[in-house]
Parts: sequence; structure tokens; C-alpha cells
Amino acid sequence: MTDTVLSIRNISKSFGGIHAVRDVSFDVQKGEVLGLIGPNGSGKSTLFNCVLGQLKPDTGEVRVNDQTVAGMRAAALNKLGVGRTFQQLSVFPQMSVLENIILAGQEHQGTMATRLFGPSDAGLTAEADQMIKFFRLEHLRDEMAGSLSYGQQKLVDAAMAFMAGPSLVLLDEPAGGVNLTMLANLKDRLRAYNREHGTTFVVIEHNMEFVMSLCTRIIVLAEGAIIAEGTPDEIRSNQQVIDAYLGG
Amino acid sequence: MKRAHLILALIGIAVLILAPIGQKNYIIYVLCSWLMFSIAAMGLNLTLGYAGQVSLAQASFIGIGAYITSLLTLAGYHWVFGWLAAMGATFVIGLLLGYPALRVQHHFLAFVTLAFNTIVFLVLRNEEEITGGSFGLVGMPRPEFFGIKTMPQLNFYYFVLVLFVISAFVFWWIVHSPWGRAFKALRENPIRAESLGVDTRRITLLAFAIGSAFGGGAGAIMAPLVQFIEPGSFALIHSLKILLMVVVGGAGFFYGPMLGAAVVIILPEFLRFTEGYYLIIYAFLVIVLMVYSPSGLIGLGSKLMARFRPKQEVRKDMAKGAQL
Repeated sequence: MTDTVLSIRNISKSFGGIHAVRDVSFDVQKGEVLGLIGPNGSGKSTLFNCVLGQLKPDTGEVRVNDQTVAGMRAAALNKLGVGRTFQQLSVFPQMSVLENIILAGQEHQGTMATRLFGPSDAGLTAEADQMIKFFRLEHLRDEMAGSLSYGQQKLVDAAMAFMAGPSLVLLDEPAGGVNLTMLANLKDRLRAYNREHGTTFVVIEHNMEFVMSLCTRIIVLAEGAIIAEGTPDEIRSNQQVIDAYLGG
Repeated sequence: MKRAHLILALIGIAVLILAPIGQKNYIIYVLCSWLMFSIAAMGLNLTLGYAGQVSLAQASFIGIGAYITSLLTLAGYHWVFGWLAAMGATFVIGLLLGYPALRVQHHFLAFVTLAFNTIVFLVLRNEEEITGGSFGLVGMPRPEFFGIKTMPQLNFYYFVLVLFVISAFVFWWIVHSPWGRAFKALRENPIRAESLGVDTRRITLLAFAIGSAFGGGAGAIMAPLVQFIEPGSFALIHSLKILLMVVVGGAGFFYGPMLGAAVVIILPEFLRFTEGYYLIIYAFLVIVLMVYSPSGLIGLGSKLMARFRPKQEVRKDMAKGAQL
């Protein structure tokens, strides 16, 4: 068993004549927080979708925990230990915060039959309460998720991604539209989770301050290919990255 | 079950036990009809209200259930076998009808189910040797349990009430189990649900299968209730009527289909004194309800209760200040 949680090998994906991703390869190790940055249209989301099985790459292979994920449905990928958040708000608005968090873990409990005949909370209320406490959402526990503010819903979304104890979490623009106070809280919680559980993160983000302070390694994509890779400090001073993305 | 809900359910059952006492046969028939349609509407509420899958075929499942039960009871089998066969067959057929839902959604799915209802109607009408064609089937016996006959109207009512309570309990159990949560997740955000490990294909198929089985169960009651069935009773218009019950009552609410069925079955009876105008008044009331409260009678009740409650604070993050 290696420490490689995510392995991407020679992934290419085209849409008609547009080469969205071109021969991209990299590994992500256990406990690592990898940032994936690049200008719009650089291929970040296409690469993300290839990892999540939503797009089939033209060439190459994606492996999670030593298993190939080609053609795997999102639910199966989740069972394999992959959690994710979405760019847009993705909570269940007509369920309470507690129910949202329980839902995020219930499919990992028992079988279909035990989920029908067993307890209505799938035995997860205590665990869900811990997750709610970890993300400092106790005062919102019984509120409908749809009635929360945007930033609060982002926190619920993040908490849901961690409920099943994943080994890899893909965070798609977690900072988008979140105010500074909540952003600091979100970053603090993500760091704490990574420190306490050793979970691997891959983060797509345009907020440079957020991504530079959260990630341990950063990969920069431009026109579908990797143009730089390194620590946040190395990326900040990389002339090619400055020219292509960060600017003067 | 919360204590308040349990008390409410027990009061409801007590009222239903007392409701037919001293009433004429026709009123008891209307009450039986209401309970029977409530069971069918519970099924559609699961498929549409909880799981968000549009179906315009619930009447066809009542029909399939009614014909299976009629054929078996006319052949001499006890009603219980007919009931089990009706629910089993409609579960399987509902499962198969769910497959198109994996590929098409919303109004496209509505058309698929509408077409299914039409096919079932045509099969029931054209396969005369089995179904009796347009003349239908008559004379289905009412069952007997441990020497107690259900032929008297009042006995039959209590028989239907027992089935209604069992169905309501099963429905309550499903929607309050993790399955119910998965159904709601499918309705609200299927892509997010799938990313959290919910097998949305399986849940979609189950939503159709279970909802259809409730329809089949209602059909098994209809056969001995009416003792005459013909294809016209299961045509598309009746599927629309059951859809109306779910929407008027409140889709996605436990008591919604029961209230909706009461409006569709019982309210017209109360409006009969208006003679020729009753359908106009009834239709007008439904339009007003839908305009004022799209979430149905339950939604209307919630709105009214909210007026008497102190206003709730929605943005609680402000109280927590910098912590969030």
C-alpha cells in the first residue's frame, strides 16, 4: 500500500477541436493539501470532472486509493472514500442542517434493508452532532438549510463532504462568494480537519490568499497543461505563472 | 414518532372509527372511497412529493391491482391472495416504469407515464377474454375474515380503515427512515445526493415501485368496494384526479394526500346542494387554493400558524458575530 491517494496519469480531454486538458500527470500523497489554480478555461474543472468520473478522459488513467475510477458513478466513488464540495450551493434546502449531515453519512451505514428497518437517523445523530460542532454550526442544527446565509450553507456543504470519513476531498471553489469572516472560519476548519484526520484535499480556487495559505503544494494549469508546480512561495515567484495568471 | 404526532394520529383514528356510525350506506361508501383513494395518493405522494418523480399513471396501477384482485377472487381465491398479488405485480411494473425516469425528467417523464396509463387502458379494454373489455368485471365477492363478513357496508368500512391505517403506518415508516431522506435528497438535488453515496438509480426505481404498489393496494380495495370495474375507471383523467389530491393536499407532506383525497372525494358531495354549480364552485376553490398556497392545504395551514407564532430569526449568524 503506497501513500498515494490520487494518481493522475497522462490525462487528455478534448471537446471538438478544443483541447481542454493535455497530457496532465501528477500524484497527491496522503495528508497533502494540493491547490489547482489557473485562469478560466485552463482545464481545472474538466480535470476535476475526469477525476470524479463525470467525464471520460480521451486518454490516461485516474486512480484513487490504487483503484482505477474510469466509468465509476459518483455514488461508488464516494463509497471508495472520495468526498467533494460543489462550486454552487449544494445543500438540501428543505432538510434541517442535522438531516443534511446525517444524509451525508447514512449510505455508508449497513445495507439497504437495515437502512429501511433500522433507526431513522441510521445511528448517526451523535456523529453528526460532532461534525456540526466541529464546523461551529451548533446554533443552526435544527434550522432548514435553505434558510441559512450563503456562507453558512458553504460550511454545511463542507461538513457534509467529511461526514463519511473520506480519504480524499475535492473542494471546488470553496471560498467563492464567502465573506472574509466566514472564509477565515472555513480555512481554520479545513486545516484542523486535515491536521486531525490526515485527509487529503485537492482545492480548485481563484482566491489566491485563501489557496496560498491553505495549500502545501500548488499546480498551475494554463491552456490545459501544467505550467508550474511547487510550494506557494515558489508559485508566487514563478515568472511563467505571473505572466499567465497572477499578473504583475 | 413525536408525542404530539402520535396523539394527533390516535385522535384521527378515533374520529375515523366514529365517522360512519349512524350514516347511510352511500355516505359510508364515500368514506370508503376516500380511504381507498388516500392510499393511492400516498403512493403518488412518495413518487412525486417525496422523490420528485412526475407520474401520471397512478390510476393505471389502481386498475392493474383491481383487475388482478377481481380475477383471483372471481376464480375463488381469498381476497388476501388478490391483494398480495396486486401489490407484488404493481411493484414490479412500477419498477419497470421507473427505468425511463433514469433517462428523462420533468414533463418528458410526465409524457412517458401518461403514455403508460393509456397503454394500460387500451389493454384493459381490448383484451376482452381476460378483462371483459368495455363491459368490465362484476360480482367480486367481499372477503370474510375469521367468520366476520365484510358484505355489510359498515363492516367493509372498518376493513378498509384497517388497510388504510396499515398503509399509512408503512408510508410513515418509509418516509421517516433513511430511505425517506434519500427520496427527499433525490427530489432536492440528485447530483449532490449521488456524490454523497446515494444510489440515485436505485432510489428512483424504488420510488416508482413502492408508489405503484400503494396504487395496486388501493385497486385491491376498489374491486370488492365497487364490485364492478371497467377500463374507464382507470383512464388518464383519474390519474390527474389523484395528482390533484396530492397537489391540493400538499405534496411531500405526510398528511397531504389524505387531506387532498378528502377535498377531491368528499368536498363535491358537500357541494351537491348547489346542484349544477357544484363543479364550478369546486374548481374555483381549487384554483384559489393553488394561487394562494402552491404547497396545498398543509402549506396553507403552515402559513396560518406562522401568523400566530412569534417571528423567527433566520440569520442566526449575526448573533454569533465574529465566530462565523
